[in-house]
This record gives sequence, C-alpha cells and structure tokens, in this order.
Amino acid sequence: MKISGAEILVRTLIEQNVDVVFGYPGGQVLDIYDKLYSHQDEIKHILTAHEQGASHAADGYARATGKVGVVIATSGPGATNLTTGIATAYLDSVPIVAITGNVSCPLIGRDSFQEVDITGITMPITKHNFFVNRVSKLADTVREAFRIAKSGRPGPVLIDIPKDIQTSLCDYEPAEPVEADKKNAAETGIEEAVRLINESEKPYIYCGGGVITGSATEEILALAEKTDAVIGCSFMGISAIPSDNERFLGMQGMHGHYASSMAQHNSDLIIAVGARFSDRATGNKSKYAPHSKIIHIDIDNAEIDKNIAVTCGLCGDVKLTLQKIIGAVDNKKHPDWLSEVDYYKKEEYRHIVKSDDMNPVNIIETVNECADEDTVIATDVGQHQMWAAQNCKFSKPRKFVSSGGLGTMGFGLGAAIGSQIGSGAKSILITGDGSFGMCLNELTTASYYNIPVVIVIMNNGVLGMVRQWQTLFYDKHYSNTVLDRKTDFIKLADAFGMKGYRCTEIPDFKEKLQSALSGDSPVLIECLIDKDEMVLPMLPPGGSMDDIIVERLGG
Amino acid sequence: MDRNIIAVLVKNHFGVLARVASMFRRRGFNIDTLTVGETENPEYSRITATFRGDDAIKNQIIRQLMKMPDVVHISELEKSSSVSRELVLIKIKNNKDLKQDIMSVIDIFRAKVVDYGTQAMTIEITGESSKIDAFIDLIKEYGIIEICRTGIVSLQRGADSIISNIK
Ligand SMILES: Cc1ncc(C[n+]2csc(CCOP(=O)(O)OP(=O)(O)O)c2C)c(N)n1
Ligand SMILES: [Mg+2]
Repeated sequence: MKISGAEILVRTLIEQNVDVVFGYPGGQVLDIYDKLYSHQDEIKHILTAHEQGASHAADGYARATGKVGVVIATSGPGATNLTTGIATAYLDSVPIVAITGNVSCPLIGRDSFQEVDITGITMPITKHNFFVNRVSKLADTVREAFRIAKSGRPGPVLIDIPKDIQTSLCDYEPAEPVEADKKNAAETGIEEAVRLINESEKPYIYCGGGVITGSATEEILALAEKTDAVIGCSFMGISAIPSDNERFLGMQGMHGHYASSMAQHNSDLIIAVGARFSDRATGNKSKYAPHSKIIHIDIDNAEIDKNIAVTCGLCGDVKLTLQKIIGAVDNKKHPDWLSEVDYYKKEEYRHIVKSDDMNPVNIIETVNECADEDTVIATDVGQHQMWAAQNCKFSKPRKFVSSGGLGTMGFGLGAAIGSQIGSGAKSILITGDGSFGMCLNELTTASYYNIPVVIVIMNNGVLGMVRQWQTLFYDKHYSNTVLDRKTDFIKLADAFGMKGYRCTEIPDFKEKLQSALSGDSPVLIECLIDKDEMVLPMLPPGGSMDDIIVERLGG
Repeated sequence: MDRNIIAVLVKNHFGVLARVASMFRRRGFNIDTLTVGETENPEYSRITATFRGDDAIKNQIIRQLMKMPDVVHISELEKSSSVSRELVLIKIKNNKDLKQDIMSVIDIFRAKVVDYGTQAMTIEITGESSKIDAFIDLIKEYGIIEICRTGIVSLQRGADSIISNIK
C-alpha cells in the first residue's frame, strides 16, 4: 500500500528508534505534524517556544544520551531559526538530524512565500545535508542522515523536504535501524606512538570531547596508570574523566587549571585523544608546548596536523586505538614528573582565596554538594560557564552539556531541557543574566511539560566575560556590557508558572537548591554576585604560559 | 610553492560542486583551476582541481575532501605520471601589418585560428599550462581582447581508471 511522504518520514523516524522530537509547526510541515498527531503514542513531540530552543534541546538530548537528537521546523524563518543550533552542534560534533519543510518543488527557486535555500545556508555548518526531490528517496535519505550523523566523528545532518514530497504517495519498506559505521583502530602509527610513550619521562594525556564520544574513559585511565602519566582535558573533554581521579588535573587552556596548563606546557610528550587543538586550548600556537612531542589520536583524519603539526598522528577510533597502545607500552614510573606536577597543584591552590561569600566558586561548590552523579549540568556562555567548567565535579561522562566550539549564549535552557528529557535525570542549568535573556522564552517549555530543570542564574548585572576583557585589555571602557535591565527574574518565573527564588547567601542557596532538586518541577534560583569577579587563571588571547594571569589585578 | 593537481571522484549528486567549492572557500584554500564533468560512469563526476601549497596544505585539502560523504576517491596527479592539458581561446586584435608574425607564433605553438575577421581573430590552443603561459606571453603584444581558459584536465598515465579505486 502506498503511503504519503509525511507518513514515511514519521515511520522511518520510529524505525530509527526515535521516541522524542523537538520542534515547531508551520505551513510547510503541516503534513508531517498531521502524522505526528496520528503517531503521538510512538513519538513524543516537544513544542518549544522558538526553533532555536528546539535545536538546542535536540543537541542537549544528544549530548546527554549519545543518541541522535531530532528537531523539526517549517520552511523559511523556521529553518533559519535552526541555524545557530545546527552550527553549535557542528562545532561540538554532536549528532542531530534537523528536518525542515520547504515549498513544493515547482515553487523552489522562485522566492516563494517562506522559501529559503536552507541546504545552501547550512552547507558549511552541517556534516552533510539533503534536499529530497523524490518521495521514493525519502526513507533511504532519512536512514542515510542518521548513519552520517552518528558515524565516525558525529555531527548535524539536515534534511529539507518540500511540501509536495510530503504529500506524494509511495511504497514504504520497513527496515532495521541503521548502525553507525564499523569502528577501527588506527592502522598506522601504533609502533611509533608506543616508542614515543616508552621514551617519555613526562607524559601528559590531553582528552578532548572524542574521549566521551568514543567511550574511552577506561582506556585513558588504564594508559595513564601504566605509563604514570597525568591527565588534562579540553573544555569539550570535561566529564570524560572522573574529577576525583588523582591523575586528573582538569581543563587546560585559556581558562584552564593552572596545574593542568603548566603540566601540559612542561611535559615532554602530549598524548592528545579526540581533541582538536582549538585556539582556546593552545593559546599562541607558535609557543604551544615548546618541549613536547605530540601524539594525536582522532577518528577524523582531517584533524591531524590541522591546527598543530604533530610528531605522530593516528587516525582511528580512540577506544580501539588506545587498547592497542596500552597492550604494547611498557610499565613506567615517573616519580620526578609526578612531584613536579604536585608542585604545580600546590601553586594552583596558593592562588585560591577562600571565603564564605556568595561568590561563583562557592555557588558551584554548593551545586556539587547538592547534585548527584546522574545530574546533568548544562550552562550558557560567559564567566559562569567557565566557573562551572573549572569547578563542577563529575563522576560520569555526558554530564556536562555546554557549547564549547561556538560559544552560543542562549544554548543553555533548551539544552538543559533536552538533556533532562534524554537522560531522565535532573538537569541544573548554570546561566548568566545576559545569556538567560537570550533563551528565557523556553521557560514556557519547561513549565508546560513540567520538566525538572533547576535554573541557577549567576546574576552579576553585566555581560561579565566581555566586561572582563574590557577590564584587562580595553582600559575599563565598559561599552555596552553593563546590564541595567530591571528584569525581576522572580516575577518572571512566576509569570511562566514556576517557582523562583532570589538568594544572596550560600546557606539559603543550598537550601533552595536542595528542595528544588527533590521536587519534580522546574525552579528558578537567582544568585546575586559581584560584577567584578573574574575568571582566573587566564591566558590572554594569543599569549602563552609565560603570560598567564593568575591573580586579580589591583583596582 | 608547488602546483598540485588532484582528481576528485564524486557522486553525481545535486549540489556536489557547490559543496566542494564551499569547503575550499570556507577554509581559505585557494584554487587555481577547477573543472568538473561526468565520467564514463554517469553515477560519478570528476572534479580536477589545481592549487598551490606545500604538503601540509595539500594534505589538509585532501583530508577535508575525503570527509565529504559525496567524495568517493581522490588521486594526486604527479607531473611525471600523468598527462595534463588546458584548452584556451584567445581573442586578439587583427593587424594587417603583423599578420605574418602572428601566424608564425600560432604555427610554432601548434595553435589554431578558429575565428577570423578584419578586426579580430580567435585562437585555440591546447597544452600544458607552461606552454599556454608562454604562448600568451608572446601573443600579448598584439593586443589581447579576451581570454577564456578551461582550467586543467588531467589523467593518470597507464591503464587504470580512477573509478577502479572504488571498493
Ligand atoms: C549569541 C552570542 N552573542 C554574543 C556572545 C559574546 N559573549 C560571550 S560571553 C558574553 C557575556 C555573557 O554574559 P552573561 O550570560 O551574563 O554571563 P557572565 O559572563 O556575566 O557570567 C557575551 C556577550 C556570545 N558568546 N554568544
Ligand atoms: Mg552576567
């Protein structure tokens, strides 16, 4: 029996084990929404306030679960509203499938009502995209989109489906869900890597997001144990390694932990796994790790030698490649190296001034005390994000959901909602007053679906991160970074139908957070903090370890 | 910097040229020439691209291309093991007094006159880029009106075809 393209789409999604999609309806996806209506028992559709929120929700869902997130939007403005979310997923290698409607084929190319060339627009921000011009190709295109999204280095894939394709009839053959391409260990470079590791006296393992995607936590720990290495991570690698592991020094890079950045800088060998040497991680490339040889393991061959020329590049699945390496390296002990690293750790603690104030570090530590190991911590972008990155504690991967590569303010609330729905665990969103202003419309979504996210706004009254740069590098010319918006976040929460609290002291914050986490509804907690707090340490842009700023400058 | 020639075998999908060109542009790679056409198998097209760059740039370009789902195979065409040609049409001013000179340059380079009028003539020349550059250099002084170059096409010497690389 022939069925419509819209029906084929929904059935193919179900076939791919999709049980939730995020989206927003419109004229060119009416047929799809009609089929979502008939299949509502099999696929739950979450209606967001804005397509951007839906795209971040699909992204958060994917980051928290490792599954493919799905988002649907109508043509034209619906489609363009997805682009920030798609680019965010692209830069952080998150598997999502975005489905857009478009005008009917005969109307394409004529600047018809709500027509945009979304495949053209998203070409540079998707792993691949498709324009479906025949209904007979629809089911296989959807399958191929899922395969591409989750295979190798994951990423977003967009499928643009004109309205007449949705209404055309065609036969449909059910199929098994597509699997990601088979993973292989690197074929070349293993011997050289093993030799470099055996020769190293000061090994440092640099974990990127690929350690999480490639489920290689165990292998990293085993390699570190066997070779007596220390471990650091990029921003995207946060939560890959349990925070309490004694070899783990935390994030390195622009706002990285002092000890982690110093250990990397003074190592003689960097073993980079699933990382891409972003400029935020390396600082000035010509001064990056001057005494270190570099081994780079990545599933994406194009990452090898892209940003940093390496001594030994291995292209392959990180887990399988590490297994081969672990089997072949010698057992080593490097007591001198470990005591050098200990010294860096002590130096790091020396710069930390403790107090009981409502300051960012105490807020995050309170979050650590109240969250359990399954809680997902999502963030927006700015100082609050870096404080979270530096201080949040994790014991399982996929628990830190934050926009690294694109640094998308407004990512947080949608992502927190998506990751809560995906993981089933509580989500805590750590956001800033600026970022929250970009996504607070999604309070409707949290409220309507009663999604247990706890929104912690670190309200410093400023666009803190930009202001920090103005303080340090622009003679305190606070151009447009002071927010005097008079927004009452508590009334706002109330208006959206949820509880809101304002906290000025840590014990009160702790109590509110605990009670929010024990409930089943969204709660907003506003924490008032000082506008002059800074994220430290900081490697100035283009600088190297010699330029690191560790203490707040006077005045 | 070295001149590199690569042949990129791509699935003959809608928009594939735009995808490849978009990748070059977005990543700041400079293409000197780009030609595209169907192969003996209509499922595939062949893109021939030439660009200047050291090994690091060349490797990056090849690896970025290989990542694209529509790209099936890439061959590097080394000068010693391939034949490369470019076809150029050059329209120059006709000049009674210098006609003999022009004709002898055309002869020496085995070019052809494909259109002739009292005001102008159009010359067709095929060859390796170095030959074409030399020819243009010589003919320049007679007054070039316009030039149209196809860009380089290139095949590996020997009996293999690029499609035979598909597994
Ligand atoms: C969409 C978007 N616009 C602008 C920026 C630039 N930007 C980076 S951090 C920041 C300030 C963020 O302010 P807020 O959310 O209040 O966080 P804070 O730094 O104060 O903690 C800005 C404007 C961005 N990252 N994303
Ligand atoms: Mg702020």
